[in-house]
Amino acid sequence: MTATSVSTSATTAALAKYEPVIGLEVHVQLLTTTKAFCGCLTRFGSAPNTQICPTCLGLPGALPVLNKRAVEFAVLASTALNCEVRTRSVFARKNYFYPDSPKGYQISQYDQPLAEHGWIEVPSENGPKKIGITRLHMEEDAGKSLHEGFPDSATKSYVDLNRCGTPLVEIVSEPDIRTPDEAYEYLTRLKEIMLYTGVSDCNMEEGSLRCDANVSVRPRGQEKFGTKAEVKNVNSFRFIRSALEYEIERQVEVLESGGRVVQETRSWNAAEGRTFSMRSKEEAHDYRYFPEPDLPPLMVSDAWKREILTAMPELPEARRARMVREYEISEQDAQSLTATREFADTFEAAAKRAKSPRRVANLVQSELMGRLRAAGLELEQSPVTMDGVVLAADLAEEGKLSSKQWKQIFDVAFEKGEDFGVVYEREKPQQISDTATLEKMIDEVIAANPKQVEQYRGGKKTVAAFFVGQVMRASKGQANPALLNELVVKKLDA
Amino acid sequence: MRTEANGTISVGMTLQELGQSVISGRVKAAELVNSYLQRIEARNAKINAYLSVASEDARRTAEDLDAAARRGDPLGSLAGVPVAIKDVIAIEGMTATAGSRILEGYKPPYTATAVRRLKEAGAVVLGKLNCDEFAMGSSNENSAYGVVRNPAALDRVPGGSSGGSAAAVAAELAAATLGTDTGGSIRQPASFCGVVGVLPTYGRVSRYGLIAFASSLDRIGPFARTVEDAAMVLGVIAGHDPLDATSSRRPVPDYVAECHRPVEGLRVGVPAEYFAEGLDQEVKLTVQRAIDSLRAQGCVITPVSLPHTRYAVPTYYVLATAEASANLERFDGVRYGYRAPEVKTLSDMYRETRDRGFGREVKRRILLGTYVLSAGYYDAYYRKGQQVRRVLAEDFLKAFEKVDVIVTPTAPTPAFRIGEKTDDPVSMYLADIYTVTASLAGICGISVPCGVSSEGLPIGAQILGPHFCEGTVFRAARAIEQGQTV
Ligand SMILES: [Zn+2]
Repeated sequence: MTATSVSTSATTAALAKYEPVIGLEVHVQLLTTTKAFCGCLTRFGSAPNTQICPTCLGLPGALPVLNKRAVEFAVLASTALNCEVRTRSVFARKNYFYPDSPKGYQISQYDQPLAEHGWIEVPSENGPKKIGITRLHMEEDAGKSLHEGFPDSATKSYVDLNRCGTPLVEIVSEPDIRTPDEAYEYLTRLKEIMLYTGVSDCNMEEGSLRCDANVSVRPRGQEKFGTKAEVKNVNSFRFIRSALEYEIERQVEVLESGGRVVQETRSWNAAEGRTFSMRSKEEAHDYRYFPEPDLPPLMVSDAWKREILTAMPELPEARRARMVREYEISEQDAQSLTATREFADTFEAAAKRAKSPRRVANLVQSELMGRLRAAGLELEQSPVTMDGVVLAADLAEEGKLSSKQWKQIFDVAFEKGEDFGVVYEREKPQQISDTATLEKMIDEVIAANPKQVEQYRGGKKTVAAFFVGQVMRASKGQANPALLNELVVKKLDA
Repeated sequence: MRTEANGTISVGMTLQELGQSVISGRVKAAELVNSYLQRIEARNAKINAYLSVASEDARRTAEDLDAAARRGDPLGSLAGVPVAIKDVIAIEGMTATAGSRILEGYKPPYTATAVRRLKEAGAVVLGKLNCDEFAMGSSNENSAYGVVRNPAALDRVPGGSSGGSAAAVAAELAAATLGTDTGGSIRQPASFCGVVGVLPTYGRVSRYGLIAFASSLDRIGPFARTVEDAAMVLGVIAGHDPLDATSSRRPVPDYVAECHRPVEGLRVGVPAEYFAEGLDQEVKLTVQRAIDSLRAQGCVITPVSLPHTRYAVPTYYVLATAEASANLERFDGVRYGYRAPEVKTLSDMYRETRDRGFGREVKRRILLGTYVLSAGYYDAYYRKGQQVRRVLAEDFLKAFEKVDVIVTPTAPTPAFRIGEKTDDPVSMYLADIYTVTASLAGICGISVPCGVSSEGLPIGAQILGPHFCEGTVFRAARAIEQGQTV
């Protein structure tokens, strides 16, 4: 892990004396086709300054008009995060000068945000824990300043305003998080919920999900929070965990050596695995928030909210619980099968038409996922379709394929880019289903292993599996597993 | 009043008649527009009402209208009517300086909704009109492009901030104009120049394309020579605009018809607070005569009280400057307008651009507004200001339970001399004392000429009405107008 590559000298003993307090601010870009306050497209990666108009350029006289779809997404997200959506929320201007903010202020929400008082449940050392969500508010994104990549970048900066006015929600957690791992879990759940509700693609590389962390430490048992630092510029969940680990150690070290933590904004440098001071509190902005006079208060009536919430899907937590119940799979399997809503949908559709849903879950886990990862493929790109997985599961369930056989077929399928069924039809393993042949092979194994026979007959029935394995090996995996099982037991019991 | 003829064609005609004449071909739009362009050529140098004149565009548009009229194509109600627009309103391809050096040469790539509607109705835009920088001022002396002179007395101010819009109508350099009113910027210059100026209800006319001073107070409204003409223009520019979230969906009534309805039985309130200390004696008597004429025409005159009036000016200057400080942040030299040359750092660019690009009054208001929004002062100023604003609006709501309209002087004095108040911003701010209340309350109003002073300076009466009761305001204003000419 990068965090430890530049390690501070805080000892484990010193760390144990302090309790970290962490709060997260997450910006999520809403998946609307057009911007928050104008009709420009939000598409990523277009030529600079091509998705712009008088409103998002902040030209004198142009006015913002709120995108209804953005509100619907924000309400959906708020509800999925267990927040109360306010009937009346108010947009505000957040004033600051920067070239990628062409109005000189950002339209945001301040003292009357869209939603408040939510929570996300995360696993923690002491079992499930609720992390509070203070608020969720709507705001617009800024443009992008480009300080590099031009011949005259040494003396000039360029500005691309395509992103300007893209709708965001900012989700602010309570300072309830106590470890970097909890922070990581919180973000993972948050992202999952955003993906499930379909309000964002949460693509961190494209900036659709951004996270800042407030972190402080206090001696264990002390109620008062320590002085916090804000860590910005962290672009993956792993880095956030690393940045928090680093920052906690740094602060403990400062305190242990008799110093004081300074309230400041720090930037995470992933390459060096450490945080750097960006600006102190004295340099902090006074944003001079006040209600945005160009936009009337946002009213979300109960009727509108009900209409919006008809689009609410089953959320991941609930879905996992149901899948564990319905398909008799493990928590862990449910976890990875619900990683995205699309994946879970695909799985469930397949599970429903298979003889054993559980078998499908196992095959997806043990055969499909690893191979996809190794090949760098998405599920949609998989050579083995869900129909293929269902076929494999059914064959396995009927005892017509041994694990060795289906593994081989999966290998060939991925190698040749063919579906499971195609490979199976062509290379259908010659199964030995002839009782006499199998009995002969079993007799040989029994004769060669008198000790195990004795164990079996002494009452250790599980030794049967040993004989099955031996025969399977001798048959090069071609013995009909169901028949073999039956015959082995019969012979041993004879 | 119409001693100087525009050729022969528009004299004595209402805008409605003028539009009909162009449609029927009796009047040629091209001739009409030419006659105005010639007057601008002859007289604008003295008055300085126009900052830019779009002669070519105007002529071509007029010729197109004449051709369309010959073909019998359907034309709008203002066909061929020559208009001009305050320079804080965007028109594609024409400069929009807002009276500021910081926007020198700036041409917006789009057109304000109000102007688009005028053009769609067939009006011909002659050019852009001078004003106080970013509409901040009460005398038009804050324009970076020179003061506008009052056509009634050239050594006097025309009022502000829409000084060019008022002066252009008064000097017959346009048949009607658009101005903007934030704290009195239409009504006060209308009063000073002796023309009609309308403050529509907030939300009645789209602000899309209006370079903002104080967004919750800014309104676009018409200037014209008569109440009927002003009503005609308002009818064209009013109505919901999907591009302005604060514009109202209420249907637009036929204001011309409304202004012709009799006033008999109309309940007219007269607030004592507007006739107190500081009011010029001649103005007081002239406005009282206008009220007498309303009584004579059958109106019921009732005293009303607007007890919190004295808090209006400070409240206005807190709220308007707060919004202005944010609205003017976009003038940073990054993308358009003036940028200070030879600066080394980003913060130098901001500082120098804004220091050199903005005039004194604008900088004063940005500082005021920044201060009242600052951490630690917000509650004492901005929040308090919002509370007082609600109280002032309630004053009007209560008064309008008893009366249909309220009549007051528009300004405490007739037009003052150029330079007379430039060194005393507070006395300048008090020129708005009778107009800012309606601005804060969001209600509608009008300034209508009601006489002249012994020095021959125009005096205006202000009529205020409840939200969206422009029709009633026009009716009372026309009665005062008729009372004059009878
Ligand atoms: Zn846009």
